Amino acid sequence: MADFWRRFRRNIGAVVGLVILVLVGLTAVLAPIVFPFSPWEMRGVPFMPPGEMGFLLGSDSLGRDVAAGIAHGTLVSLLVGGVSTVVALAIGITLGAVAGYAGGRVDDAVMRFTEFFQTIPSFVLAVVLVAIFTPSITSIVIAIAIVSWPPVTRVVRAEFLSLRSREFVQAAEVLGRSRIAIMLTEILPNALSPIIVLSSLMVATAILLESALSFLGLGDPNLMSWGFMIGAGRSVIRLAWWMSVFPGIAIFLTVLALNLVGEGLNDALNPRLARRRGMVVT
Amino acid sequence: MTDPRLTALGRRSLLAGAAAAPVLMTLDQARAQGVAPRRGGTLTTMLTPEPPVLVLGVNNQGPTLVAASKIYQGLVKFSPTLEPLPELAKSWSVSEDKRTYTFELQPNVKWHDGRPFTAEDVRFSIMEFHMQLAPRARGVFQRITDVRINNDHSISFTLNAPFEPFLLMFDVTACAIAPSHIYKGTDFRNNPANARPIGTGPFQFVEWQRGNFIRMRRFDDYWKPGQPYLDEIIYRIIPDSQSRRLALQTGQVQLSQANDIEPFDIPQFETLPNTQVVKTGWEYFAPLSWIEVNQRLDVLKDVRFRRAMAHAIDRNFIAQRLWFGTAKAATSPIASGTRFHDPNARLPEFNPRAATALLDEMGLRPNAQGVRHSVKLLTLPYGEVWTRLSEYLRQALRQVGIDVTLESTDAGGWVRRLANWEYELTVNFVYQFGDPTLGVARTYISSNIQKIAFTNTSGYSNPEIDRLFDEAQAEPETAKRAEIFKQVQAKLIADMPLIWTIELLFPTVHDRRLRNVIQLGTGVHASFDDVFFAA
Repeated sequence: MADFWRRFRRNIGAVVGLVILVLVGLTAVLAPIVFPFSPWEMRGVPFMPPGEMGFLLGSDSLGRDVAAGIAHGTLVSLLVGGVSTVVALAIGITLGAVAGYAGGRVDDAVMRFTEFFQTIPSFVLAVVLVAIFTPSITSIVIAIAIVSWPPVTRVVRAEFLSLRSREFVQAAEVLGRSRIAIMLTEILPNALSPIIVLSSLMVATAILLESALSFLGLGDPNLMSWGFMIGAGRSVIRLAWWMSVFPGIAIFLTVLALNLVGEGLNDALNPRLARRRGMVVT
Repeated sequence: MTDPRLTALGRRSLLAGAAAAPVLMTLDQARAQGVAPRRGGTLTTMLTPEPPVLVLGVNNQGPTLVAASKIYQGLVKFSPTLEPLPELAKSWSVSEDKRTYTFELQPNVKWHDGRPFTAEDVRFSIMEFHMQLAPRARGVFQRITDVRINNDHSISFTLNAPFEPFLLMFDVTACAIAPSHIYKGTDFRNNPANARPIGTGPFQFVEWQRGNFIRMRRFDDYWKPGQPYLDEIIYRIIPDSQSRRLALQTGQVQLSQANDIEPFDIPQFETLPNTQVVKTGWEYFAPLSWIEVNQRLDVLKDVRFRRAMAHAIDRNFIAQRLWFGTAKAATSPIASGTRFHDPNARLPEFNPRAATALLDEMGLRPNAQGVRHSVKLLTLPYGEVWTRLSEYLRQALRQVGIDVTLESTDAGGWVRRLANWEYELTVNFVYQFGDPTLGVARTYISSNIQKIAFTNTSGYSNPEIDRLFDEAQAEPETAKRAEIFKQVQAKLIADMPLIWTIELLFPTVHDRRLRNVIQLGTGVHASFDDVFFAA
């Protein structure tokens, strides 16, 4: 673990990303304490520029506090990103593991199914799914999960294909352990590092997807989210630039941080790749 | 009689000259101000969304009405106070028993294809064309028992019983006169002539590039000598509201109508030197918005709950802050532009404390989170400002302990759920068409509780209200109808079947050089035969 942390630390960008991510996490946790009111509450005069009338980042078209919206929206964005990634991982790992371990026709069937999903533009599919199930936090998480599992399946399958013919797996088979036990306890732990790297990037993608859906008005109408704030501010951008700029910065920083951390994780978990990219690993 | 609206339609005999004076004056007034009408120029304006066809009757949606009212004309048109003014009918009279209406038509009117316009065109349009195509027209024209063509330019209609608001159905937006020589005996909806509409209006159809523009040219044989003044009108199709704003601001288009410009952009146009914002011209339609309450549900069917909601909502905030002054707070179930609006009617005032008192009285106590009751509000999917309205309503109602969950749908889903009564609360707005019998009764009378949108979908039923609307419909005397509608308004406000919020004004923004744009109660639906560009 100390070794891992040492390698991660070498990537300055990753450390910066981690710091930003911790701050974002803190914002989510502290939002109800710093802004102990609903982000929908109309607290003053509409269209107040940042810094006036106690609005740190200005007020929106109904006199709602943009700063409170961003703070409360943090939890929504992280939650959507996290939960949908977990769901996508569950689908992706299961299918990838089965395909990679079983091989043959099962593999063919699973991979054709996966390719079917990969051929559909993922954002369009997400829009259609949310529109069909009516916009709510559940339908958005499900839609994002459904469009983001195929890459996981492919990565996991590739790992399983290469690992299943290794000696330790054959040994476990000879010992008579069940297939499920072999998959879960022998192969999966050894395939984890690419999955971790991939999932950090998936959280970032999910946050972007949710923002895009909310921007188009397909967000949960009862939850304040960053994408919703940008969408609501877009048409009045000449009148109140702060309504869309600040939530935009929030999305940008969070997604950037997640990507930097993903990069760092990659370096830390695959030292050889990092070395090839010119980094000195001791 | 102080209100001119009350006398207008009831006069036994109306001579055009006298009735028309107030509006026909405007040209003279213009001259008096030193601005004589000037021939020439092209008016470029816009249309959103693009209409499917430009034949009135075949399609009566908003954008179709705006553009096709330049091509077609009605028998009469309406002043801002809803007095009838001559258009294709130069005068009209009502018989002693108030059952027979005789219209004297303008002579020398030609269709755009050169054929003469006669009484037969009028008979065909009313008894066949609109009777078959338009449900709203059918509802009124079914009362006609006899039609007599007196001569080529005179026609009489006899009704089964007196119907005081009859004339209101003869505006171009309700009953545009269609050419009998083109449509008679054909399938109206699929007539190939629908691609090139032929009317009697000041502008004739030239070309339509789908998704791009509609072009109309001055009709040289128009029946008013020397008019119209404009050479051309071009309706550009601009789907994005910010592009529309920019086009108007830069002068690429010189006129916006209905909801072309978002309410939050209107204040900017009020300050620009080259544009003018006009907030009148929708009196005939009088769009009134409300929160529709499904009264089949427990709690919601309790009048105290609905009154509490009305107390919790600040209608002025909605009009000023959400609509930026392009709407005004409602004061009655009958919109202020509509005939028989009672200026003394008062809705429950904004008073959250009165709201909580009513909820307490109902036994709805707040729980640990301060919630007394939870309801779902189906958002009206007509664009951003309506979404903001739902967000405001949720906050306002939450203040008094009513927890509101918003539901969003697309436009099709919203109409379906409204029509099938599958909602708890929703927001709606409806045109009132000048007279409560034509545009208000349908929302409240129990015989109109139907699984069709824009009927009495809330399920409100009060035999007393049914009786009053029936009486008002049968009553030939204007003054007596006014008395009945006063009672209707008082009783409806006591029952609060819906929570009335705002009257939409649909501001028109136009180039200051453009004159005579809004002169009628139908505003931008006028024929524009007297619109011109001042030098």
